Amino acid sequence: MKRFAWIVLLLVLTAGAGSPAGAYDYPLKDPYVSTIIGTPEGHQAELPEKIDYKLLSFKVFPERRIPDVFWYQREFRYSLAYQKGEAPLIFVVAGTGSSFYASSMIFFQKVFYQAGFHVICLSSPTHMNFIATASRTSLPGNILDDAEDLYRVMTMAWEQVKGRVKVSEFYLTGYSLGAAQSAFIAKLDEERHAFNFKKVLMINPPVNLFTSARILDDLLLRALPGGMDDFNDWFNGLLGRFAEIYKTMGYLDLTNDYLYSVYRVIYKTHPPRQEDLATMIGAAFRFSSNNMIFTSDVMTRSGLIVPKNRELGSADSLTDYFKVVNRTSFVDYFNELLFPYFKTRYPGLTREKAIELISLRNLEAYLRSSPKLGLMGNEDDLILTPEDLAFLKDVFGSRAKIYPFGGHCGNMSYPANVAYMIDFFKS
Amino acid sequence: MARALCPILLAVFILLAGCGAAPVRNEPELPVKRPVSEYAKPGKAYVIDAYDPWEPMNRRIYNFNAIFDEYVFLPVVDAYEFILPGFAQTGVSNFYNNLTEVTNLMNTLLQFKIVKFLHTFGRVMINTTVGLGGLIDVATTVDGIKRENEDFGQTLGFYGIGPGPYLVLPVLGPSDLRDTAGLAVDTVVYSLMMGQLIAELGMDDTYEVALNYSLTGVYAIDLRHKESFRYFMTGSPFEYEVVRKIYLLQRQFLVDN
Repeated sequence: MKRFAWIVLLLVLTAGAGSPAGAYDYPLKDPYVSTIIGTPEGHQAELPEKIDYKLLSFKVFPERRIPDVFWYQREFRYSLAYQKGEAPLIFVVAGTGSSFYASSMIFFQKVFYQAGFHVICLSSPTHMNFIATASRTSLPGNILDDAEDLYRVMTMAWEQVKGRVKVSEFYLTGYSLGAAQSAFIAKLDEERHAFNFKKVLMINPPVNLFTSARILDDLLLRALPGGMDDFNDWFNGLLGRFAEIYKTMGYLDLTNDYLYSVYRVIYKTHPPRQEDLATMIGAAFRFSSNNMIFTSDVMTRSGLIVPKNRELGSADSLTDYFKVVNRTSFVDYFNELLFPYFKTRYPGLTREKAIELISLRNLEAYLRSSPKLGLMGNEDDLILTPEDLAFLKDVFGSRAKIYPFGGHCGNMSYPANVAYMIDFFKS
Repeated sequence: MARALCPILLAVFILLAGCGAAPVRNEPELPVKRPVSEYAKPGKAYVIDAYDPWEPMNRRIYNFNAIFDEYVFLPVVDAYEFILPGFAQTGVSNFYNNLTEVTNLMNTLLQFKIVKFLHTFGRVMINTTVGLGGLIDVATTVDGIKRENEDFGQTLGFYGIGPGPYLVLPVLGPSDLRDTAGLAVDTVVYSLMMGQLIAELGMDDTYEVALNYSLTGVYAIDLRHKESFRYFMTGSPFEYEVVRKIYLLQRQFLVDN
């Protein structure tokens, strides 16, 4: 490989020569492709290969009984990477369905640790561990409640670690759903002052949780004209494609980098079908909402999928329940679990009002007026409607950094993006 | 290897026997909004389906493995990673990779995969000599010859034997009946070779046995060290199903290619 390094170098140099200085050269211009592949390894910001961090946990609700089927979710878990001396502490909130341990969270941990911060990584309130141990209602999706739950675990985590870390000031960030939640947390903090966040950066937030979820639900069906009944055949077709890819490439693994080389080698002759890419993205979202919905149904005993009086044990098969929940979309969850709960909480609330309630628009005045808030987004973010994008640009004005490409969270580890994040908190 | 596993196997089965019976239910289950009968049609294929007639036992072993991992395996691996510098860890991995090429040689040959056989043969030659007894993987880094991965389970598959029921092995994790048989054959071949190699050293019997056990122990640690999977970190209540599906798909793929 090394002996070809100079050829690669030459290619990079000549490729770069054509574009104007200062242009944004993130390599993937197709939002579906960037959302799936992310930033290819050769184009990523330089980060340490491994850093030291602690895995920590505590009980949020000591009285809560965790059902046997979730026996491995005893405590709320999170991670801390800390500097030796005094430093600012940043909280990072994960995106939909992701844990503090997800690869994008490990990435943020490295970015901010390398930049001199203590870093606390928190799972999304839509992640199983959070729903089972730290969500008061175990019904994620009401962003007001989710922000309360996050604020509670942030306070408790800080209580747990403050003996060993010296903190100068507090910062907050989050990506995707975690970005939208960060805004609501920042607002809470204005009243409660546990942290007095100095700055808060929202990375690729949805404007309205419901709208974005519906976009992703629709993406899933793009290559499935007959609906979810077609999924098995579509999936087998995809596997067949991988066998062909293996024959062309000579090896197979499932890293993003491999997918990028596949994309470069095969794209020229066999461009991927847009609808297949859309379905892949939709399927990933469907899987994380499946995990969320099932956990929520079991924890709340709502009787959506599991009978209210059925006590699932640690060795019970869940395969049939998976088949049911796999046919359940986020919109179904909203209609059948979340909205009924909203109605008990806010009597007389209409469905439209409930959808508005979980939107950043609900926070518009605060978003407009607070100088501590910043936004990083992409023109081609899949989860935003044109109105959503216009809203973000209008509300954040000069506090918004919008890149031309990157899809949904595809360009987070591109050097220019990483530099912007660090600069945002440090300047 | 197999002998070292016996006490663990015994412990698992005692454990499983203890928590076998589910409580007897008298009351009928309350109706749900989305019943299984309406969404999971018998005879229709679903991505998540797998042939898993021993599922209750498998799930218990899976849970056992998670606990074993947390309290025994991972702490040992952590200590290993703490004590040994990174380059030495790579050296250990290379060393065992080189020794276990013996099963690659056997299985590529049994499947008439001549190119893969020659690659493997070349790798052993280069790595054992220039690579200082296998400590350095010269074949990959300098010559770009990647390690093959052909085991006896794949050989059985090559001769038309299906995977049979899915099986979770204590400590070792996901497998199926065919691959477990394959693993047994590979282990015997590997042990016979190791027996010969160790005998060449001309040591006392007690030292020989000690060396054999230590090599097996470090091999197990190295295997876990190389595997990044952590139990119950997927954030999915369906982790058992997902791991099962990925294992079976991946094996099918390896048999086909």
